[in-house]
Formats: sequence, structure tokens, C-alpha cells
Amino acid sequence: MPADFLSNLYVFILAGFVGFELIKRVSPLLHTPLMSLTNALDAIVVVAAIIIAGRQETPLATVLGAIAVAASFSNMVGGFLITDRMLRMFKAGKPKQP
Amino acid sequence: MTPEATQQLLDFAYIAATVLFILAIKWLSSPVSARRGVLAGEIAAALAVGATLCNPELVAYKWVIITLIIGAAVGIPLGMVHMTAVPQRTALSHAFGALSAALVGIAEYYVGVPNVTRFGMAEIGLEVIIGSLTFTGSLIAAGKLQEILPQRPIVYRGQNFVSLSVLSAAVLLAIALVVNPANTVLFPIMVAVALVFGVLLVTPIGGADMPTVISLLNSYAGFSAALLGFVLNSKVLVVAGALDGSSGFILSVIMCKAMNRSFTNVMFGAFGQVQAGAGAAAEERTVRSASPEEAAGILAAASSVVVVPGYGMAVAQAQHKVRELYDALTRKGVDVKFGIHPVAGRMPGHMNVLLAEADIPYERLVEMEEINSDMPQTDVALIIGANDVTNPAARTDASSPIYGMPILDVDKARTVMVIKRSMSPGFAGIDNPLYYMDKTLMLFGDAKNFVGSIVRELAGGHS
Repeated sequence: MPADFLSNLYVFILAGFVGFELIKRVSPLLHTPLMSLTNALDAIVVVAAIIIAGRQETPLATVLGAIAVAASFSNMVGGFLITDRMLRMFKAGKPKQP
Repeated sequence: MTPEATQQLLDFAYIAATVLFILAIKWLSSPVSARRGVLAGEIAAALAVGATLCNPELVAYKWVIITLIIGAAVGIPLGMVHMTAVPQRTALSHAFGALSAALVGIAEYYVGVPNVTRFGMAEIGLEVIIGSLTFTGSLIAAGKLQEILPQRPIVYRGQNFVSLSVLSAAVLLAIALVVNPANTVLFPIMVAVALVFGVLLVTPIGGADMPTVISLLNSYAGFSAALLGFVLNSKVLVVAGALDGSSGFILSVIMCKAMNRSFTNVMFGAFGQVQAGAGAAAEERTVRSASPEEAAGILAAASSVVVVPGYGMAVAQAQHKVRELYDALTRKGVDVKFGIHPVAGRMPGHMNVLLAEADIPYERLVEMEEINSDMPQTDVALIIGANDVTNPAARTDASSPIYGMPILDVDKARTVMVIKRSMSPGFAGIDNPLYYMDKTLMLFGDAKNFVGSIVRELAGGHS
């Protein structure tokens, strides 16, 4: 079994536990922004796609990488944008007086 | 700078991004710090993308720059959609995320072949299967939520057998590829079969189960990114994928509990089919109805009101009228709270976003368990566009299809008012005994107009 696999498995398991503990604490009030934010974070796949598209090893890999860059970067941009729009709406306080 | 030093610098940028990812989710736990969480995530993403663009392995920037611009051009409108469209946008973004993870895995295979190891092939195979099925599955879910595709579960005889056979075929192809990774004929077949399985997986699932499905697809999209991190030996991907995957998983567990269903039942139960016979048994029973004037009188005389909104309220675009009602009652000294069932919208937490958009302060939005303990001391429970989540049969009638589902105990309030278009049953086709109780007043009409009329009555009687 490759050594890389084992170190990745350590990181995966630890990150999974951290995620579990943190997400458990997110108020149900914010579950929709939670999903759109984790989606935007997950779009970090874009870094792998950029390397595939920019290394230009084979035409096929470049095309696949390029599509992947567009798909994941749109998630990154759109995900942060909509999460922030939603969170701006959550306000504390009194109702408006007429 | 030597290439080694550059590489180390890039690694530090990725480590910083990983730390910021974790902080982003930590800060999201409360509405007070949540926007800081978004900022942390944005900085992390900028760091990681910036560092990657400096990677000496990149030889050509043309396509990278063009596709980044295309991505932004698609992403910005998708970030500006209306709040009622957030569920389908989210499903679509699961599809995009899974697509990019699958495509990078596929590219990695073709670049590596014939030097792909068996172990590497197992990782790539699993990653590409999960990514592909999540891509098509999420597209179907988005289509159902956008109502391009039918909301009702689409079922046929032997469906589960067919679906599981297709999944087995994909797994068998992956195993054959592990035995001989250089078999470039089998690889695209495996991808195609996984894509088909995604369609088969989500098509039979009904609209009422979308909150669970969308969370589950969230989890798959996350895990496919984490697996891609294994394939590429990229820790930042492993962490981001693990966070996203566990988040989706926790949300799906919460959604399943909120509907008293198991994963297996959601995936294979085809909930939401018309319950033959369930409605037919109902004999002529009388309901009491009331006018906006009477409803306004009762609400104004109450000291505490719990509003229970359902997706019907959002469909009728009644949120802003509901806010006016909230303002009018609060001015009269009535304590108004909102009881939010976990599956009240079309994705986890959706109803809170819709009400927050209408400027209702978030401390007024109360979770089910908390509001249920207040219910017996509540004067009026006002139900707007919700049905099954208020059905007391879930507590009392063991033969009901929703028996055991946690509900908002509105029947314990002193008076119950239900705004509803007609007596037709809800999404799951189940009759609601709440409507026939002595303390229940049915307010027949369109939610937006009816709430508007109540607000006018309250204003007129204000003097």
C-alpha cells in the first residue's frame, strides 16, 4: 500500500471528525448557507483542474481539465456569492415601525 | 527561486487555505459570525487558486484563463438567483462539482495509462464512479426542483433490481480495470454505466424527499472531491472534500430523522405515490371556516401566536405579507414566533432563508423541538401552506404512512387556524385530522391574499 495513501487516509479521517464536530454545531437556521458554503469550498477541485488544463500533456486531458476549471470555478464564485447574499438577510432586532 | 522552494511555498499556501476552510465552517455556526466565515472561505480560495497559478508545472495559461472567465460568467448569475430557486441552484452546483471531480479523475487516468498502478486504478475507479453518478443524479434532482421533470416518483416494476444491476455492472467494470488498468476500452464504458446509474438513482424519488436527496448528493460530491485528493495526493482536496462530505452526510441524517425514514426507504421507497384507499375511507366530516375579519379578531386578542409556514407559503409568494402580519401583530403587543420544521422547505434550512429574506428577525425563527414545548401555552397556531408536518396522525395513528414522523404539535395550541386553498390532501396524499378538530378554523383562500386581508383588518381595527 503506497505511503501517500496512508498519510491521506490520516488527513481524511481527522478532517472528517473535525467536520462532524463543527457541522453538528451549526444552527439549523443556517443549514442552507452551510450547504452553499461547503459547496464553494469543495470547488477547490479547481486547483487540480487548473493543473490538468495548464500542463498540456495530451489534447484530451487539456479539454477535460478546461471543462473542469469552468465547472468548479463557477461553483466557487456562485457559491460564495449566494452564501453571502443569504447571510446578509439574517438580521436580528425589532420589526419596522410604520 | 529554486523549483523546490517554489513548491514549498505553494504547499504553505495550501496549508493556510486548509486552516481557513475549517475556520470558515466554525464561524458559520452562528448568524453573528457567519459572514466572517464566508470571508475566510474566500481568502482561502483566492490563496489556493493564486498559488496554483504560480505552479511551475503550468506551461500554458490560455485555456486556464479563458475557462476561469467562463466559470465566473456562469457562476455570477447562479449566485444571483431568487431565494426560492436556491434548492435547484444547489443541486446544479452539486452536479458541477461532481462533474469537475470526475473529469479530473478521467484526465488523470488517460495521462497515466499505461503506467497506472492497480492501487491507483482502484482510487480513480471509485472516484470517477461516484463523481459521475453524482453528476447525473444532481442534474435530475435540479430538474425535479425546477419542475422541468415530474415531481412525482417515476416507478416501474423491477426498478430496484434494474438500478442495482447497473450499479453492480459499474463496480464489476472497475474491478476488471483494477485487474488490468491498461484496458482503455473498459474505462469509458464504466463512466457511461455510472452516469446511467445516477439517473436511475434519483428518478424514482419524489419531490417530498428532495431535502434528503439534495443532502445526500452534497455528501457524494464532497466524497468524490476527497477521493480525488487521494488520487492526486493533494491534502487540501482531501480536507475540503471530507468537510463537504461530512456536512452533507450530517444534513441527510437530520432530514431522514425529520421524516422518520431510513436511507434505504428514501432511496428505494418511492415515497409520495398516491396512497390508494387512504383518502377514500374519510367519511363526511365537518370543518369550521372563518373570514379574514374573524381571523384578525382572534389574532389581535391573542397574547402569543406561532406561525407555521410551509412551502405552500413560498409558492404563493406570501412571505412579505406574512412579515406585514408579523409587524402588525407585534405592534399590538402580540408575541409572534415562527415554528420551523426541518423539512419545511425544499432543502435543509430553506424556510429560514425565505423568512429572513422577508426581513423577519432570525431570533423569531424557532426550531421544532423548542417551539413544541411552547405550544400548549400558545393562543393561536397559524398554519400557512404547511400540511403533513402538522398532521397529528403522525403521533396517534399507527396505520398512517407518516406515523412516527416528528411534527409541530399545533393541535396543542388553544386555537388552530389553517390557511389553505381547499380541502385537498398534501404532497404525500395523506388526510389531516387536524382540520376536523373543534378548535380548528379553516381559512380558505390564497395564502398571499388571505394574509393581506387579515393585515388590512388589523390596520382598520387599530384606531
